[in-house]
Amino acid sequence: MSDFTPDEMMTIAAARALKNDDVCFVGIGAPSAACNLARLTHAPDITLIYESGTIGTKPDILPLSIGDGELCDTALTTVPVVEMFRYWLQGGRISVGFLGAAQLDKFGNINTTVVGDYHHPKVRLPGGGGAPEIAVSCGEIFITMKQSKRGFVETIDFFTSMGHGKGGDDRAGHGVTTKGPSRLITDLAVWKPDRDSREFTVVSLHPGVTRGAVEDSVGWAVKFADDVTETPPPSAAELGVLRDLHARTRAAHRGDRKSGNPNHG
Amino acid sequence: MANFQSLEAAIADNLSDGDTVAFEGFTHLIPHAAAHEAIRQGRRDLTLIRMTPDIVYDQMIGMGCAKKLIFSFAGNPGVGLLRRLRDAVENGWPNPLEIEEHSHAGMANGYEAGAAGLPSAVFRGYIGAELKNVNANIKSVTCPFSGEELACVPAINPDVGIIHAQKADRQGNVLIEGIVGAQKEAVLASSRSVVTVEEIVEDFAGVHPNACILPHWAVTAIAHVPGGAHPSYAHGYYPRDNAAYLEWDEISADRETFKDWMRKNVLNAGPEIFAERIKGL
Repeated sequence: MSDFTPDEMMTIAAARALKNDDVCFVGIGAPSAACNLARLTHAPDITLIYESGTIGTKPDILPLSIGDGELCDTALTTVPVVEMFRYWLQGGRISVGFLGAAQLDKFGNINTTVVGDYHHPKVRLPGGGGAPEIAVSCGEIFITMKQSKRGFVETIDFFTSMGHGKGGDDRAGHGVTTKGPSRLITDLAVWKPDRDSREFTVVSLHPGVTRGAVEDSVGWAVKFADDVTETPPPSAAELGVLRDLHARTRAAHRGDRKSGNPNHG
Repeated sequence: MANFQSLEAAIADNLSDGDTVAFEGFTHLIPHAAAHEAIRQGRRDLTLIRMTPDIVYDQMIGMGCAKKLIFSFAGNPGVGLLRRLRDAVENGWPNPLEIEEHSHAGMANGYEAGAAGLPSAVFRGYIGAELKNVNANIKSVTCPFSGEELACVPAINPDVGIIHAQKADRQGNVLIEGIVGAQKEAVLASSRSVVTVEEIVEDFAGVHPNACILPHWAVTAIAHVPGGAHPSYAHGYYPRDNAAYLEWDEISADRETFKDWMRKNVLNAGPEIFAERIKGL
């Protein structure tokens, strides 16, 4: 095993959460790297879906946006956005939604709308996009983001997308039958919701990470499972594939005008 | 019957101050040239509609064209936040901007209802989410059959729908390929439409029988503007100019730098400059 960064550990641990037969709605950023790493390692037959309408896409490089040409060029098919949200997402065809967040609370509720008051925001964030319905219509939700006190807060400023709501059976009380957030993968740990309270609980610490480091980067009192394990370190194969993917992506996105996709005239 | 016009005439004839207008494009085929023409013509008090406003709406907002924005995700894709939009929302510069915010599902369903001639759209949405508390246009209805409470949003029916497409034929039929987003719905939901195209061909002989085609009688005006989607991309013609999106983050960070850039690249330029911009991509 070679050295690895916390970012690499996060992406690799997130990729491991996906199965070969999953149909996964991919959020941009960290989720996109994890989903494609899964496809390039243990889950070659996974169906990756981006909200731009690309179904079964197999990009060679990570897209900058959810609608890069690479996603369409390598997809099984590309459907209109209306169809994506009505038939495929709302229709219940997608097993996993993989999301990131700007702010997250311990019940997996997500804010990507504003920091501060909605009408007089301190920071106007991009907004919900597809997430409010992804969070409810996919079979289950995985979340991946780096831990920080700014991001992991006791109370999020705006409820963009519902996780477990106020905890317990609150989600079901809204008439929602999907599982909601079932895993949170950070740069320090893997978390799963407590069976009863639905509060995210640390189930494994990444190699070398202490409980104190996890607690110091989260804005709520952290709960640990009774049997916290150590996340298996990245294998040489996982690291190699991830680094190759990032290297290809950097080369293609650095603005080199000769590196355009050859499929584009 | 689609009217072949210069871009200048097509925008002048179809877009007026105070209109609601959708310059649609879901990360692909974004009608930059048409939006720049609207900025040059000094349009004001527009209600801008788009699912994914990115740098071209940042430019229109920063130039004072807009009084309201209806959207579901506003960002510079892969780069970050929109700085001119933020300046308008957070500081009211150059003018205050009203916002009406939805989710993608809400906007997509709204466009579809608009194209279908329905007054509103019904879908399973916004459950446990807070947008419905800050947007009076997100309501709910109870299904008369199942009793399920569902989200309901008004149909989106712009005065003008503006898109960029790959091809028109001599008759004025329009072909859209690749990531088609909500462009077909946006055009069909609008009272008038303007389509810029990469290329005008004799006819569409040989295209796939299920190709996405807007018939000429469903389109108001067509303008031939090669490169008109730059710096977004046109599938089959040129890739996305990722460097331009990165550069925008710096240009838009400062009001004076922004205004200088707009003067040089938009106000003192014309549609023909887009063909130059895609060379070498």
